[in-house]
Amino acid sequence: MRILTVVRQVLDAEESVSIQDGSVALDGRKLVMDTMDEYGVEEALRLREARAGAEVIALALGPARSEEALRSALAMGADRAILVETEAALDVIAVSSVVAQVARSEQIDLIFCGGQQADWDSHALGAATAERLEWPQATWTSALSLQDKTLTGKHDVDGGSESFAVTLPAVVTTQQGLNEPRYPTLPNIMKAKKKELRRVPLTDYGVSAKLRIVGVEVQVKERRKNIIDGKDAGAAAAKLVDLLRHDAGVIG
Amino acid sequence: MILLVVEYSNGKVSKSTLEMTTAARGIGREGPITLLVLGSGVASVAEQAALYADQVLVADKPELAQYDPEVWAAAVAQIAREGEAHTVLIGGSRSGREYSPRVAVKLDAPLIEDAISLSDRSGTLVAAHYTFLSRVTETVEAEGPVCVVTVKPGAFAAAQPAGAAGEQYDAELALPKPRLQVTGKTAEKTERISLTEADLVVSGGRGVDSPEGFKQLVEALADQLGAAVGATRAIVDAGWRPYSEQVGQTGKTVQPKAYIAVGISGAVQHLSGMNKSKFIVAINKDANAPIFKIADYGIVGDVHQIIPAMITELRK
Repeated sequence: MRILTVVRQVLDAEESVSIQDGSVALDGRKLVMDTMDEYGVEEALRLREARAGAEVIALALGPARSEEALRSALAMGADRAILVETEAALDVIAVSSVVAQVARSEQIDLIFCGGQQADWDSHALGAATAERLEWPQATWTSALSLQDKTLTGKHDVDGGSESFAVTLPAVVTTQQGLNEPRYPTLPNIMKAKKKELRRVPLTDYGVSAKLRIVGVEVQVKERRKNIIDGKDAGAAAAKLVDLLRHDAGVIG
Repeated sequence: MILLVVEYSNGKVSKSTLEMTTAARGIGREGPITLLVLGSGVASVAEQAALYADQVLVADKPELAQYDPEVWAAAVAQIAREGEAHTVLIGGSRSGREYSPRVAVKLDAPLIEDAISLSDRSGTLVAAHYTFLSRVTETVEAEGPVCVVTVKPGAFAAAQPAGAAGEQYDAELALPKPRLQVTGKTAEKTERISLTEADLVVSGGRGVDSPEGFKQLVEALADQLGAAVGATRAIVDAGWRPYSEQVGQTGKTVQPKAYIAVGISGAVQHLSGMNKSKFIVAINKDANAPIFKIADYGIVGDVHQIIPAMITELRK
């Protein structure tokens, strides 16, 4: 059994955002594996640990620096990694074609990717990849278990959650709460440096962008920042209620 | 034509459908606006939908009794192809964002997710959407004969009915069998006003100290104001509150007139779910909490004293 786990290198959520030359500045900022993807790597490793002979392959698509996210996945325990290199900002529908081609050539049974991307805010990669492979999908999973070829679990849907069963091959998207991703230990970080990381140019996959980014702007909504000292709770509460009534006009 | 997939619940057309209708009317592309109703026993939904559009296509079949991403995507792509739709609008709900990528792949079309504005510029579709956990607004352009768009809930005003009711037609569909077997369902319990539709939201974080603290502070203030109740991921993970109340990246996105954050420090993942609120109010003992950086009003103080005092004040 082979599991493909898609990882992306993104701006750390704790970093502030600013615009430089028409895109969000990344130079000199802390970049990390998208936290939503960590749950997929962890889940893949747990499934492998439960069955002999399974292999976990981490895949990233992006500039050369995406290697760092792959090294993190390898340090967590993935067996090998593939980096499809490009400097281009590809939209998710285009990226899904690459993921599907890799899944075919590597004879993958199960694909994990994050439920939402921390840079594009996209939910689409899992479903788009599943469609290209003509596989079923389970999105926003919060619990998973695998028996032979049957994957069962729980996932979030409109207005609640569902338990489900699906036969592999399938695509699964992950989120916080699915598991607690492990921290790479120092020996594993050292070991990861020797693991196979194959670089492939994007041109091998014949895809082109379907969307063009023409404007990027940081949201700055001016806030009133009328902050009251609450040492005298009664007076502060009275003042705040008055502001909400008469300044903001949001309560009657 | 512009094809718009109707969202509804409990036999009623959802607010998101009316918002998408506004988006469709404003794009500035030629051709009729066609509303598509998928489901089983949906005659009354189709009737309500007809008030808003030129025409309504109805696929009323037992196989459509339950939503499935593959079935929905197959149905929408088929109709879009046969009707030569140039724009396909799908709700930015969890399900809409789950099956829309399949529609885009089937149609070999670009996908724009969670659009907050939408217009045509000489044949190119131009849209804005939020990125970087809702901190950045990005404008994108999509070309080609057809484009698939999910529309962010709350981004457009709800449409008024059109002058005359549109014609209704039955849609013929060849549908695949669902492969994701649903073996159980847990519905969110909502005794209160819906979190995503409320004008006022009172939300609590770790600063309320305990599940009892949440009840005494957050729920009591919400009851006094007629507000919905929200929570941070930290206290949902701790089991104090149900997931249905979680606001943020992995929970709900809200955009009320006022968001009152009680004992919430303001992690970026939480802020991404509420930073578009008209007014943000923060009550927290830590003056350096990030929440104060985006607050319109706030009190630096002990929530256990401030909130009861606010409730007393509101009762006056």
